[in-house]
Amino acid sequence: MSTTELTRAPRFRLPPALSGSIAAVIAAFLVGAVLIAAVGVNPLTAYGALFEAALGTKNGLAETLVRTVPLALCGLGIALAFRAGVFNVGAEGQLFLGGTAAGAVGVAGAGLPALVLLPAMALAAMAAGALWSGLAAWLKLRFRSDELITTIMLNYVAIHLVSFLLHGPLKDPNGALAQTARLTADARLPVLLGGTRLHAGILIVLVAVVLAHLFLWKRTNGFRLRVVGLNPRAAENAGMNVRGTILFGFLVCGALAGLAGFAEVAGVQRRMIENLSPGFGYTAIIVALLGQTNPFGVLAAAFLFAALQIGASTMESAAGVPSTLTTVIQGLVVLFLIGRAALPLIRDWFGRRFGGGR
Amino acid sequence: MPGTSPAVTAEWSITISMNSSSIPLLDMRGIRVTFGSFVANDAVDLAVAAGEIHALLGENGAGKSTLMRVLAGLLVPAAGEIRIDGKIEPIGSAHEAMRLGIGMVHQHFMLVPTLTVAENVCLGLASTGRFIPDLKTAAAKIRELAKTYGLDIDPNARIADLSIAGQQRVEILKALYRGARILILDEPTAVLTPQEAEGLFRILRSLAAQGTAIIFISHKLNEVMALTSKVTVLRLGKVVATAVTAETDARGLARMMVGAEINLPKLEDVLIAEAANGPLKGEVWAERDPILSVTDLICRNPRGPVRVDRVNLVVKAGEIVGVAGVDGNGQQELAEAIVGLRSAESGTIAIEGEDVTRANVARRIALGLAHIPEDRHRTALVEPMSIRDNAVLERIGDAPFSKGGWIDRQAIDGLTAAIIRDFDVRASGPDQPVGTLSGGNQQKVVLGRALSRDPSLLVAVQPARGLDVGATAFVHRQLLARRAAGAGVLLVSTELDEILALSDRIVVMFKGGIVGELARADVTVERLGLMMAGRAA
Repeated sequence: MSTTELTRAPRFRLPPALSGSIAAVIAAFLVGAVLIAAVGVNPLTAYGALFEAALGTKNGLAETLVRTVPLALCGLGIALAFRAGVFNVGAEGQLFLGGTAAGAVGVAGAGLPALVLLPAMALAAMAAGALWSGLAAWLKLRFRSDELITTIMLNYVAIHLVSFLLHGPLKDPNGALAQTARLTADARLPVLLGGTRLHAGILIVLVAVVLAHLFLWKRTNGFRLRVVGLNPRAAENAGMNVRGTILFGFLVCGALAGLAGFAEVAGVQRRMIENLSPGFGYTAIIVALLGQTNPFGVLAAAFLFAALQIGASTMESAAGVPSTLTTVIQGLVVLFLIGRAALPLIRDWFGRRFGGGR
Repeated sequence: MPGTSPAVTAEWSITISMNSSSIPLLDMRGIRVTFGSFVANDAVDLAVAAGEIHALLGENGAGKSTLMRVLAGLLVPAAGEIRIDGKIEPIGSAHEAMRLGIGMVHQHFMLVPTLTVAENVCLGLASTGRFIPDLKTAAAKIRELAKTYGLDIDPNARIADLSIAGQQRVEILKALYRGARILILDEPTAVLTPQEAEGLFRILRSLAAQGTAIIFISHKLNEVMALTSKVTVLRLGKVVATAVTAETDARGLARMMVGAEINLPKLEDVLIAEAANGPLKGEVWAERDPILSVTDLICRNPRGPVRVDRVNLVVKAGEIVGVAGVDGNGQQELAEAIVGLRSAESGTIAIEGEDVTRANVARRIALGLAHIPEDRHRTALVEPMSIRDNAVLERIGDAPFSKGGWIDRQAIDGLTAAIIRDFDVRASGPDQPVGTLSGGNQQKVVLGRALSRDPSLLVAVQPARGLDVGATAFVHRQLLARRAAGAGVLLVSTELDEILALSDRIVVMFKGGIVGELARADVTVERLGLMMAGRAA
């Protein structure tokens, strides 16, 4: 430490952002514990069952990791868009279109070797997702439409468009359901752990997290992205391409959400189905927030939420606590994260109301 | 409202009779205001008699505004008492302050532009009638008040149609209408031409003569000397001195205000030194290269009015061209167009001979442009980011700060250390977020970043705004140093002192156009003032 003399040297301090996230999670679990107790169950028993199921067994851990994949990829995309000042809540629709593109290419390319087919599917998925968020980007840059509105609206369009495709042109000719034909072995992501569903998608996640980290902190364009997100006018004044950066924020989010769709199709479902996602794209918004838009933070948050979701049903059967409690905890995490900014206001209000006054 | 209209005149007769006694109309004693551990006002005493014009003098951050916010009921002090007519009055709200006859004219006017003068004056007053306002009676009262104090105001005029000086008169009238006996004016001349300021002084003298106590907040010493009868100097939250204005001098006041004598640098001194060393640069002005040429430039707000109207302007190497004018006459927009933040409707802008009218900011920076924007928080700095990140904002893509898109942290550290050292930035280190620096240190980061690029064209807009005298002197020295190094400097400022001290040539803007140009030798404050009001001299 060669900086000026500090009167009191802090021993060890977490970055305020990180401690805020941890505090929000702890607070959410505490409130959750009160709710569990209200049902008449010992909270420790319930939480114990939840985490035992999600992390304590080989299969449980594998399932948690499988669920981490789409949450982390979408969360990463949303986080990068956030950093560029773009609030993209359209990951869900982008994921559906990505999965559809991957499924279509996988079926059409049957017979090609895996080394050609899988990358082709992934690229198609990323392109489809990016195209969809690019639409919202165009609306914003051309007409100043708020992406908060357009991306959420485009989700519905995307999901219905996918439904139409699966009922029509992409439907498995030999089946009755609205889904594509089953992917051949060469169009599937390999399983990493025998006897489980853990697929190579988790490796894609790890690579994406490291790349995103390097991009944000070591690359000039990552620096520009952060500057544009924090102060677009200062970015423009410094000669940066603000519109291009915003467009990039949209595209990278769409591409990563599309990639999540690919991973679900090629790694889990092995075909494109109508109900590909139970809201991964929405949960990923919380994941991005809880991870403080930091790639490694996003990974940790995705893992936590995956564990919550995987353990929920076991908690219900073992401890008799409704599994929807995990949804409540997710909501509470958001409330506590956002509400942290209101703490001083609440303090002031109480001070004025009940403090010394005049 | 029967019975209220004669109150205005009756009130004054009471006040004047009070004046004969020795109790001051306003007496603030031992006022202390703290924000956390920061003491903004410490044992401040201020007494103002009826009929007195009292200057409150101090630098930015000396505690003037805090003290006045206490008086206006917007802040409750931690200690101290306020006496009005000798009686202790706890002022807990703005409404209470109004009831006690305290009126404030803010620097930024609180008027609704689409409403008339009478409507604005009566806004929020129950006495006008709660559901059906009786504006006719109000207008008559306003006329009467205006006549009494020599205020030239038509109660039926729309605010939007009035000049800035006219709007200020409405603000004064608004306070008087509400029964103000103590009138606070916060930097009232900042938005006026010198002639308009003279007009304001006449009004204030007339008000004082009829018994109003006036508190005149300013940092302009010549105005304080010309107008006020007493002066209180604040420094770092404490009263340094209270004196009869006539018994002090501007120099002494300045020293008390700053705590030490600081001489602001002047171009004149530079010119004298240059003359001693050889021929004046001005003699070959015509032969020098233009760094910036603006031709027939027109800018317009989107679907709005013309903001820059057919401006022609040349800045040559080694000169400072001052753009004077009352705030809001298109100077800001002209600067934005030159640096590339605003697009031109027609006309051309050329930097170093290259037409950049349609070029992006990056191209202009590559040609040697540096910009010190008026609003450093919004336009110059990314406040949550560190000094290091802000230092390299414009050059992140250039060697040695990055290679092949990879950021070279060491090179950036070198640049940051140099800026912190050369521009004397007071910070805990390069990692300190810029938003937590003081205004002066923030401006040093902006300056350091701009000047470390060795720019050939410097566009500086209000570069000393909000800075104390020491920091202002530093900024001015840097501008003169750029001039000496052969750069062209365009200095936009509403502070005439700043323009006069630094400019080789002065152009004056009014309503988007350039009214005229004055060479350094031909400048007088009177001529400048006339031009700032739109009259070509």
